[in-house]
Amino acid sequence: MSDTDSTTRTDTSNVIEGEDGPDNVDEIDPDDESEVERAARETPPGRPLRVSNLRKEFGGLTAVDDASFDVEAGSLTGLIGPNGAGKSTTFDCITGVHRPTSGSVHLHDEEITGLKPHEIADRGLVRTFQIARELEEMTVLENMLLAPRAQRGESLWRSVLPGARGAVRDQERELRERAWETLDFFEIDHLAEEYAGNLSGGQRKLLEMARALLTDPEVVLLDEPLAGVNPTLETKLLDRIHDLREQG
Amino acid sequence: MSTADSLSERLGNSDVGLILGVVGGLYLLFIIFGVILGLDIGGIASTLQRLTFLAAVYALLALALNLQWGYAGLFNIGVAGFMAVGAYTMAMLTAPVDPGVGGIPGLGLPLWAGVIGGMVAAALVGGITALPALRLRADYLAIVTLALSEIIRLLYNSTTFQSFSIGGRELGTGGASGIPGPINPVRDLYYTDPASPQPPPTAFGEAMFGFFGGFGIDGPIVVDWTYTLVLVVFVGLFYFLLTRVGNSPFGRVLKAIREDEIVASSLGKNTRWFKIKVFMLGCALMGLAGILWQGSQALITPALFLPIVTFYVFIALMVGGSGSNTGSVVGGALFAGLLFLGPTFVGRIVDSSFTLGNAPSTFTDAIAALGSLDVTPLIAYALDSISTLRFVLLGVVLIILMQRRPEGLLGHRKEPAAAVDLSRRSVSDDSTEAARADGGVSDASDAAGDERGEDE
Repeated sequence: MSDTDSTTRTDTSNVIEGEDGPDNVDEIDPDDESEVERAARETPPGRPLRVSNLRKEFGGLTAVDDASFDVEAGSLTGLIGPNGAGKSTTFDCITGVHRPTSGSVHLHDEEITGLKPHEIADRGLVRTFQIARELEEMTVLENMLLAPRAQRGESLWRSVLPGARGAVRDQERELRERAWETLDFFEIDHLAEEYAGNLSGGQRKLLEMARALLTDPEVVLLDEPLAGVNPTLETKLLDRIHDLREQG
Repeated sequence: MSTADSLSERLGNSDVGLILGVVGGLYLLFIIFGVILGLDIGGIASTLQRLTFLAAVYALLALALNLQWGYAGLFNIGVAGFMAVGAYTMAMLTAPVDPGVGGIPGLGLPLWAGVIGGMVAAALVGGITALPALRLRADYLAIVTLALSEIIRLLYNSTTFQSFSIGGRELGTGGASGIPGPINPVRDLYYTDPASPQPPPTAFGEAMFGFFGGFGIDGPIVVDWTYTLVLVVFVGLFYFLLTRVGNSPFGRVLKAIREDEIVASSLGKNTRWFKIKVFMLGCALMGLAGILWQGSQALITPALFLPIVTFYVFIALMVGGSGSNTGSVVGGALFAGLLFLGPTFVGRIVDSSFTLGNAPSTFTDAIAALGSLDVTPLIAYALDSISTLRFVLLGVVLIILMQRRPEGLLGHRKEPAAAVDLSRRSVSDDSTEAARADGGVSDASDAAGDERGEDE
C-alpha cells in the first residue's frame, strides 16, 4: 500500500483525506524534509506525539522516507499526501503494526518505537483504520464495550469466580452508560443493537471513531476518516472531529 | 399432564427447554426403534443409556471446543490428543504403586488428584502447543494441533514408555495394550467389592437393584445409568462455566480476536495472552471430558484417541452451531443420536424386518446381482458395512449443512458478550429519531441476524 517514489508526490496541497490526529492543524507531508526536520528538532512540552526520522523499508521499497512531525496537545494535525504516499504505513509504524526500519516515535516522553500494538494502545495512542475494521459479528454495543482499557472482567478468573463477578458487573454498567453516551454523540445510538457487519460504510467510520474514543485516548490517529464517505456525512464527520477537539 | 404443561411453559423458549426438547425427541425415536426391534424394557433402558452417554460426552467436548473455536476462532483439531493426555495422566497417577504381576504401576494417588492432575497436564500440553503455534495463522494452528494429537497417541502407543521409571518411581502407559482405568466411584456406591467380577451389592445397591429389577432393568444398567447422570451433571457445569466465560468482558475480547485480531490489539488487548489462556482452559476441559469418557472405561488404549474423534466433535459442534453453548449441547445430542447411533439402529431394523440372506463379501459380488435386477445382495452388503457408510452419511450431512446453513442449527454467534444486559439504558429518549439517515442506513440492517452467514 505504500510505494514511495518521491517524484509522484507533488500534489499535496489541498487534499483533506489525510489522517488527523485529534488535535492541531499544521499539515505536514512526510516527504517534505525541511519542514519535517524543523518540526522534529524541538520537543516542547504539550506535544504528546513526536515522530522523528521515521523510515520504513519493505525490501528495496522505501515506503516511509524520514518522516518527522509533532502533534501538539489539543490540536488537529493532518497528514496529507496522494495515494501510496505512505500515510497508512506511517500510521502502522507509529502504532506498532509494523516495526520501523529506523527513526523513533515518542508518546509524551516515552519512546514507544517497536512496542507491540496493544502496548501502544494501552499507553493512550489509539488509531482507526483506513478501511473501517468492524468486528462484524458483534453488535455495535459490543464493539464499543470492547474498547475501554483496564476492564476488570478481562481477567479469566474474575469473569468466572462468583465473588468477583459483582465488581465486573458494576464496571460493565458504568461502561454501558459511557458507550451509550458516545453513541449518542456520534448519532448512531439507534444502531446500537445492530450487528456491526450490517452498517453502511459511513456508519462504520463513525463507529470506529466512537470506539477509539471510548478508550480514553491521549492521541487518536484517524486514518482517512473521510474516504468513501458521502458529502453530507463528510461534513458531519468533520463537525464531530472539531467538536471533539474543542471538548479537549 | 398439568405439571408437564406448566413445565414446558416455564421452559418456553429458553435454551434449557430447547435442549430438553431435542433430547426428548431422540428418546422417543429410540424407544420406537427399540419397540420395532422387539427389545424388552431392560434393552430399551440400555439403549437410552448409551444414547445419553454419547450425547453427554459429545456435548462436553463440543462445549470445550466451542470455547476455542466458536468464541476465539482457534482452530484446534487436536481434541483427541488433549483427551488422551487427560485420561492417561489420570490413569497413571491413580494406578496402584504395586500392581501385582503383569499390572502397570502408577503413583497410587487418590482419584480426585488424578482428575485434577489430568486436567492440569492437558492444560500444560495445550499451553506448550499454544506458545509457538498461536503466533501462526489459523490454518497452521490446525496443522500443528492435528500433528500433536497424533504424536501424543503414538507416544502412548510406543513400547518405549510401556513402563519406565522416573526418580525411582515405576510408571507406565501400557503401550498398545493400554492401561486400566481406576474403578469408577459410581461402582463403589453399588458394590462392596467393585473390583471383583461378581461383586456383592451394598445396601444401597441392593435397594436400587430391587426397585429397578421390578421393571426388568438389570443391575449393570442401573450402574451405567447412574454414571451417565453424573456426566449429565458435568454437562450442566461446563455449560454454566462457559456461559459465564462467554458473557463477560473476557468473552468479548475472545469474540473480537475471532473477528479481527488487529482491531483487538489496536484497542489495547494483549491478544496473544488471551489466546493462550483460552486455549489452556479449553484443553483442560477436553482433558476432563477425556477422563469422564474414556477414563471411565475398564481399559484406556491409544486406539480410543484416533483423530476421527476430533472430527466427530467438530461435526457435533457444526451441527449445533459454533459460537453457541446451547448449540454445542444440542449438536452433541443430535450427533450422538441421529448420526452416530441412528444408522446402526436403522440397519438392525432393516436387517430384522427382511430376510436378506448372507451379505456378499465384496462390492463386486454385491452389484453383480443387479444384472438380474436383484437388489437384495446390495442392501445386505450396505447393511453389513453400515459403520463405514456412516462416514458417507457424515460427509453428506456436512456438505448439506455448509451449503444450506453454515451457521449450524442454532445460528451462531448470538450469545451476548457482556456481563450485563446491554439494551437497558437510563434514558431512552430517541426511539423516534431512530430513522436519522446518516450516510444511508443500510437496508439490510433490519433483516439483521437471519441472513447473516449466507455470504460467508
